Amino acid sequence: MSKMHVKLNVNGREVEGLAEPRMLLIHFLRENLRITGPHIGCETSHCGACTVDIDGKSVKSCTVFVAQANGAEVTTVEGLVNDDGSLGVIQEMFREHHGLQCGFCTPGMITRAHRLLQENPTPTEEEVRFGMAGNLCRCTGYQNIVKAIMASADMLNAQKEAAE
Amino acid sequence: MIPAGFEYHRPTDTASAISILQEHGDDARVIAGGHSLIPMMKLRMADLAHVIDLQDIQEMKGIEIGADSVTLGAMVTQHELITHDGLAAAVPIIREAALQIADPQVRYMGTVGGNVANGDPGNDMPGLMQCLDASFELVGPDGTRTVAARDFYEAAYFTAREDEEILTRIMIPVPAAETGQAYEKQKRKIGDYATAAAAVMVGGGSASVAMTNLADTPVWSEEASAALAGGDVEGCVAAMLDAIDPVADNRGPVEFKKHVAAVMLRRAIARAMSRAG
Ligand SMILES: Cc1cc2nc3c(=O)[nH]c(=O)nc-3n(C[C@H](O)[C@H](O)[C@H](O)COP(=O)(O)OP(=O)(O)OC[C@H]3O[C@@H](n4cnc5c(N)ncnc54)[C@H](O)[C@@H]3O)c2cc1C
Ligand code: FES
Ligand code: FES
Repeated sequence: MSKMHVKLNVNGREVEGLAEPRMLLIHFLRENLRITGPHIGCETSHCGACTVDIDGKSVKSCTVFVAQANGAEVTTVEGLVNDDGSLGVIQEMFREHHGLQCGFCTPGMITRAHRLLQENPTPTEEEVRFGMAGNLCRCTGYQNIVKAIMASADMLNAQKEAAE
Repeated sequence: MIPAGFEYHRPTDTASAISILQEHGDDARVIAGGHSLIPMMKLRMADLAHVIDLQDIQEMKGIEIGADSVTLGAMVTQHELITHDGLAAAVPIIREAALQIADPQVRYMGTVGGNVANGDPGNDMPGLMQCLDASFELVGPDGTRTVAARDFYEAAYFTAREDEEILTRIMIPVPAAETGQAYEKQKRKIGDYATAAAAVMVGGGSASVAMTNLADTPVWSEEASAALAGGDVEGCVAAMLDAIDPVADNRGPVEFKKHVAAVMLRRAIARAMSRAG
């Protein structure tokens, strides 16, 4: 099958490449662009380790053809650092609250939590658990992940208030 | 998990999508959110030479709330169904059901049109649409026609839609104000299809009852609906248990599924009645 020309914006940078339309977005990110934050856990749309943000939606990039993402704006966990390269708020809170052990699920968790907090900046614990239900973790038992996201919400809101 | 190769098309209007379908016949299929189709293609259970992406077709998007009816573009996502307050006020059971589909990521991508067109007995929207007495607009080479959700499903993955037709819109009559509505679903875990699910509307002397994943099509039962309209809950449950035809699989044996079906239906009826006014 012939390759197509794809052009997307990944983490604020315009990228172009040739790919077969059937190539999954996760493979394009990891293999062609060497953006290896998003992981492949199950490759069957169940675990959420491959979660990226596409045009403001949390999406499992193992279940999107690169052709579908042509022209889109994509954010991965790499794009959630501060401008100076230091850890962003959610990343820092995962570190501080032990929201990870092996770290395999973490890029998907953080990318999903980013969108969740954009849509609902003051979630209850129950809303966090419901909103994170598409991301599986085999290590932490989720408790510290939920804590890290609640703490991120507080921190982001405090920063917003301070800026106003 | 690599699907077979295909040629990708992204038309910007329905007519162009239909002409691509006509040109390639059986070898072509439309893709909406892709969250049923791509897993099938990865498993090589669907092998297509042409994939026609509907994402740029504006006329298939949007939610319209009228006084008597609600119209959903086929490309409206489950996430949009959940976050649209006007829709939740007009037909609250749609948000309640959509919240029980899959997980957040799947709901951002999965569309209502893909969910009803797919024909998988596990999909939640077909039974819901039968309960609501919705109808589907189909556009094909010979023009536009409308098929009632209650007449649309023939067998697993077989529907009244012809290969060259595209499902463009879903029309739903707005239930009377006094109608209580409820959707109850039993699943093994988040992101699982239903072991059994029930959609119930009741109030003002009428009722409608449909169930999901208990036969090779959704099951709307006229008899069960009539019994509930007359206030006979036991008669409704008995009629529905008669109408369903579950098969044993990894969600359990037939007896268990019938048991869960009755529990889901009773819960949905109780909750719908408590909301009727
Ligand atoms: C992990 C996981 C869990 C899930 N759990 C549930 C669940 O609990 N309940 C549930 O209901 N669903 C569930 N789904 C399925 C999900 O809701 C799908 O997104 C939905 O069934 C199909 O919508 P889609 O837009 O993704 O369609 P696609 O996958 O793009 O298409 C599905 C089929 O419909 C056809 N089609 C799509 N749109 C049209 C159209 N407008 N006209 C004609 N044909 C069309 C396609 O050609 C294809 O054959 C789950 C999916 C995943 C990955
Ligand atoms: S790798 Fe995509 S959901 Fe698991
Ligand atoms: S930290 Fe190991 S899978 Fe989540």
